[in-house]
Amino acid sequence: MTQQSIIWLISLVLMLGVLIVFSYIYLKSGGHRDDYTPLQVRAYAIRTVFFLVLLFVLVPTGLYLLTDLPYPDIDALESADRVVDVTGHQWRWEISETEFKTGQTVLFRVGSADVNHGFGIYDNNLRLVGQTQAMPGFINTMQHTFDRPGTYKVLCMEYCGTAHHGMISELVVSD
Amino acid sequence: MSEQVGNTMGPDEGASPWVVAYLATSGLVFVLLMLFGSAMRAGQAGMHDMDAALFYEIMTAHGIGMIGISAVAGAAIMWHFLSRVVNLSVGIFKANLILFLAGVAMILGSIFLGKYHSAWTFLYPLPGQSMGMWTNGAAALFLSGVLVIGVGFLLLHLDIGRALIAHYGSVGRAMGWPQLFAGDKSELPPPVVVASGMATIANIVGLVAGATILIMLLINLYQPGFVINALFAKNLTYFFGHVFANVTIYMAVIAVYELLPRYTQRPWKTSKTFLLSWTASTVLVLIIYPHHLLMDMVTPTWMLAVGHIVGYFNTFPILVVTAFGSLMIVYKSGIKWDVPSRLLFFSLCGWAAGTMPAFIDGTISVNYVMHNTLWVPGHFHTYMMLGLVAMVFGFMSYLGKESPDEADSWLDRLAFGLFMIGGAGLVLIFLYSGKMSVVRRFAGYQPEWQGITGLAVWFALLTVAGSAIFVVKFLTRLGASTRDAPRVTQPKAVAV
Repeated sequence: MTQQSIIWLISLVLMLGVLIVFSYIYLKSGGHRDDYTPLQVRAYAIRTVFFLVLLFVLVPTGLYLLTDLPYPDIDALESADRVVDVTGHQWRWEISETEFKTGQTVLFRVGSADVNHGFGIYDNNLRLVGQTQAMPGFINTMQHTFDRPGTYKVLCMEYCGTAHHGMISELVVSD
Repeated sequence: MSEQVGNTMGPDEGASPWVVAYLATSGLVFVLLMLFGSAMRAGQAGMHDMDAALFYEIMTAHGIGMIGISAVAGAAIMWHFLSRVVNLSVGIFKANLILFLAGVAMILGSIFLGKYHSAWTFLYPLPGQSMGMWTNGAAALFLSGVLVIGVGFLLLHLDIGRALIAHYGSVGRAMGWPQLFAGDKSELPPPVVVASGMATIANIVGLVAGATILIMLLINLYQPGFVINALFAKNLTYFFGHVFANVTIYMAVIAVYELLPRYTQRPWKTSKTFLLSWTASTVLVLIIYPHHLLMDMVTPTWMLAVGHIVGYFNTFPILVVTAFGSLMIVYKSGIKWDVPSRLLFFSLCGWAAGTMPAFIDGTISVNYVMHNTLWVPGHFHTYMMLGLVAMVFGFMSYLGKESPDEADSWLDRLAFGLFMIGGAGLVLIFLYSGKMSVVRRFAGYQPEWQGITGLAVWFALLTVAGSAIFVVKFLTRLGASTRDAPRVTQPKAVAV
């Protein structure tokens, strides 16, 4: 299962959970009208539990996910198999090397000659495997290990003007 | 008329003509821009041949227009209810709408006459580097139009700040900070005041940041030697954009705080938890924006980590206080549902549901494969369309009611069904397309991406049809909207 599929499923479950709760309360809105005060007391108790559950689930999850950042390590320049310079132009990519071997770890040093672009690598199935912004005056680094052979596409992920959607290049990965 | 229970509720007062003007403008512009959005999706689906420049012009108009008109609609709701508590300037309120319309004319001129299409984000240096697709004059007209609209909203918020200070002594008192932090035992400010205080603090800061980058861009257009740091420019743009876009919903939710209590005859009371929640939202909305920069790796990692973790905290006020509060007030209330109350109640469902894919997208490792895909419009359309727009249509439908006994017509129910089904289908396809890595802001799609996009067009058109019915009905009820008269049927079967 791809990372995107997991994200999609988790989001769907959470959104569906919200919808179910609202629908349940909607269906339970009629009939006998309790004196509101005891209901409020019960609801505040439930809210406290809800708050604590969120606190002890969401916050540790968020913190844990900070331990796995897609940013290159400080020694990536030395440890990468290949270092590739990428420059975005309106509307083409200038890439110093475009052919790699399966299993190679490539450090992309991404900048721009004009406006903001986004350097996104798509695999054979048109699935985004990683991206970074290409900004004038800055070099962003992005590291990717090509696990599978194939022809990867580079698309522009940041709107850069009239031919933004046509800014496509290819990277070839072979065994 | 029976006595109302609630927050700022006195008699059920109609809206002032200027509030009605704000809402009528909002409704018409919402529908027009929804049609623009549908045309974009149809172009992406290959259903008609759309020139790329025209696509991006429409995209620019849709983006900047939706943010601006959401703010106009939110401001109308906030002003309507806040003016019952503090003494607001009608002149400033009028000036804001006039400046807005002037700004819109400038923006439309720049886009459809000057062919300007930088997207609403106007990321430096794109406005001045179009590769000959538009002139500096067109760019300057667009940026100036946005600036004019910003000036109008800045005046509005300054007037709200003035009125809050005049009534409460300080904005901090209007936010309930003495009661929250200093043991003050005096009466807590009502929700409309707290929400308006938050919107005012956040938007004044956001608007000043926005005006700063707009003026810098204007100088750069004519003095290219005035070079701007691209990362700094991006920070200012996204800080302004995030704050301004999010505050729209914080203003609009006041309609839920004020109207659901009328329907349920239960008060939506301010409590210390409520005050803490809104104070937290004030801080969070100002510091969360680095989650727009997660793929700008040169940004200090600590700052990106702040954007990531604040996204998780930001769900607390929405879920624990506002969404939960609406559930509590409705449960076994005996509410007599009508289309306005359904829209208001389910708007919070849309807002809460939209926060789910949003905070997940703010996770750095997720953003690496989701940023600038259709996942992003997927989550913001969920809370803006099924949240904010539902709140606005709920308020409009409420104002237009002619009597408490007026039953929903088949057309009202049809509009509700079309809006909800169309909206849900539209956002789910956006999110699914994000899962499929489809890039946002693309005039030309890969063939693999076109099929599902075609389906989205039909859902978009359902949403447009539902919205058009709501708006047309409101336009036929302008007189009723200004009338002081009860609009809500009291709950039945009350057991005391």
